[in-house]
Amino acid sequence: MPERIVVPFGPQHPVLPEPIHLDLVLEDETVVDVVPSIGYIHRGLEQLVQKREFTEYVYVAERICGICSFMHALCYSQGIEHIMGIEVPDRAKYLRTIWSECSRLHSHLLWLGLFADGMGFENLFMRSWQLRESVLDTLEDTTGGRVIQGTCKVGGVRRDIGQEKLDEMHRALDPFEEECRDLGDIFLNDDTVKYRLQGLSVISKDDAYALGAVGPTARASGVPVDHRETGYAAYGDLGFKPVVETAGDCYARCAVRVKEIYASIDLIRRAIDQIPEGALDVKVKGTPDGEYFSRVEQPRGEVVHYLRGNGTKHLARARIRTPTLANIPPLVKMLPGAQLADVPVVVLSIDPCISCTER
Amino acid sequence: MSTMAFLKRSPWILHYDASSCNGCDIEVLACLTPLYDVERFGIINTGNPKHADILMITGGINEQNREVVRNIYEQMPEPKVVVAIGVCAASGGIFRECYNIVGGVDKVIPVDVYVPGCAARPEMIIDGVVKALAILEERREKMTGAAQTKESARQAAGEST
Amino acid sequence: MTVNEEQTTISVALEDLTREVEALHAGGYRLVQIGCTGTGETYEINYSFDKDYQYRNLRLTVEPETEIPSISGIYWGAFVYENEMHDLFGIPVTGINIDFKGTFIRTAEKYPFSVTRSGGDRCRNA
Repeated sequence: MPERIVVPFGPQHPVLPEPIHLDLVLEDETVVDVVPSIGYIHRGLEQLVQKREFTEYVYVAERICGICSFMHALCYSQGIEHIMGIEVPDRAKYLRTIWSECSRLHSHLLWLGLFADGMGFENLFMRSWQLRESVLDTLEDTTGGRVIQGTCKVGGVRRDIGQEKLDEMHRALDPFEEECRDLGDIFLNDDTVKYRLQGLSVISKDDAYALGAVGPTARASGVPVDHRETGYAAYGDLGFKPVVETAGDCYARCAVRVKEIYASIDLIRRAIDQIPEGALDVKVKGTPDGEYFSRVEQPRGEVVHYLRGNGTKHLARARIRTPTLANIPPLVKMLPGAQLADVPVVVLSIDPCISCTER
Repeated sequence: MSTMAFLKRSPWILHYDASSCNGCDIEVLACLTPLYDVERFGIINTGNPKHADILMITGGINEQNREVVRNIYEQMPEPKVVVAIGVCAASGGIFRECYNIVGGVDKVIPVDVYVPGCAARPEMIIDGVVKALAILEERREKMTGAAQTKESARQAAGEST
Repeated sequence: MTVNEEQTTISVALEDLTREVEALHAGGYRLVQIGCTGTGETYEINYSFDKDYQYRNLRLTVEPETEIPSISGIYWGAFVYENEMHDLFGIPVTGINIDFKGTFIRTAEKYPFSVTRSGGDRCRNA
């Protein structure tokens, strides 16, 4: 029997922009067991609800994660709106959808780049990030911020997108989609990429479901969960079908995200076509009293904000369960059997967002 | 002219995420990719502290990463410069009142350049690196100067005996 | 097609917890999260499950220092939430499959969300 050795992985590691630490138990080159440890970014921001008023906490919620910041703000705002019984104007719902999908685009392009970098495909990394910049330009033009937008608030949105800008965005979508399809083609059809990813760290449909996997990690194994199906914001009007793959390997997880880019472009196009005129926000009166589990589909999967108000300006509790925390058990089950050299690729394949995870 | 003069030595960068929200991290990475492309100056992002000249830290210090940050800093060879990116790295930012945040990066290691912003923009990060280059150059000269003085002192001592 | 999301919350007694969770597991529910809320003197622990966007919530109310049986034998992935619950609230959970024994999330102050803590603002930068 080969000797077992323990190799520490992280917290500072060349392919991970964020710190996570794994103790990998190896037999020769093969991983047999994994013990994750987190906490390098734990800030304790759930407790800030006691110091920030419920309307101000949106800013903190946005900074749970700088990549899916808009969706954290959206999830929080929708939770408070549900507790207080606020009905948001339709135009605000559409704008929220457009910004959500822009965030998803930039997040998936960012991930594709990092994933290519993890595989050692530097060229593809640069190309993905180059495409991502045009999404960030749109976000900056419409919200004023590249990564932290600050446009979502309790009761609606803070800014409008003018018709001229909407038309411009619509026109830009076609060439952008073409470029994305060229990029996606390499991820889906290139032999080198396939060789690295196919059959790597397979997780079956039953396992993925039982372990509580969410987002693209679950959908790549054939579990069709996508919270956009519940029709929050304007998704109900736009019609939506989750992207599902069945292989459950790293290649499938990559394919889901590539196809979600196309789906997001399509959603933005339809949202711009259908956006109604109207107000941007409603006045928020009173204080939240009650509780709600607010859920939104982020690029990494379903996020849960448990919000509980006690009739004062400060919430009694905010508990945030982020998609990466739910995807850690599947990751721990995924790694055994992989080669040491493939560990970075497998870890990246769940799209870990550590600052979300640890809050 | 002045900027280019500092760039004669291409610095390598080490990036560490202390407890940032990722916003600044992805902007640091955006600096390296085609639109901003600092690699054209020979600035390379390395994963190895022993190869690095400039340490870029995002986010504030918390209980668990305090040792990690110090460890990385100590592994870097002299001369070295630390750039704190974003308000969280400067003071703890929006999270400064969280129970687990000690404060800015300067609570643990000396910081030379502070880049403000939430999130810091790539242009500002590049400006911060340019400032850091000047400091790096100054330190390098001081070090070689000190080495030369030492060397000539040794030679003088050798001649006298 | 839009699916309507429904949320139901039912209270559960400590001795019934494992049985109720097993029933949900057999019914094909997935574990969404385990979250804890301090309510003055007691803790409220929410075990949340989902099946086809129908949200079921088991609510357990316990006194501090009450030992809670782990459900990681039923849902393998529950260890992340149970370790978190122990590290942030100081609730003892027995029989976790991967027990970090308080090192999952290391905090400056032990059990920052505990209801029995000494009180006052422990922030060093306020």
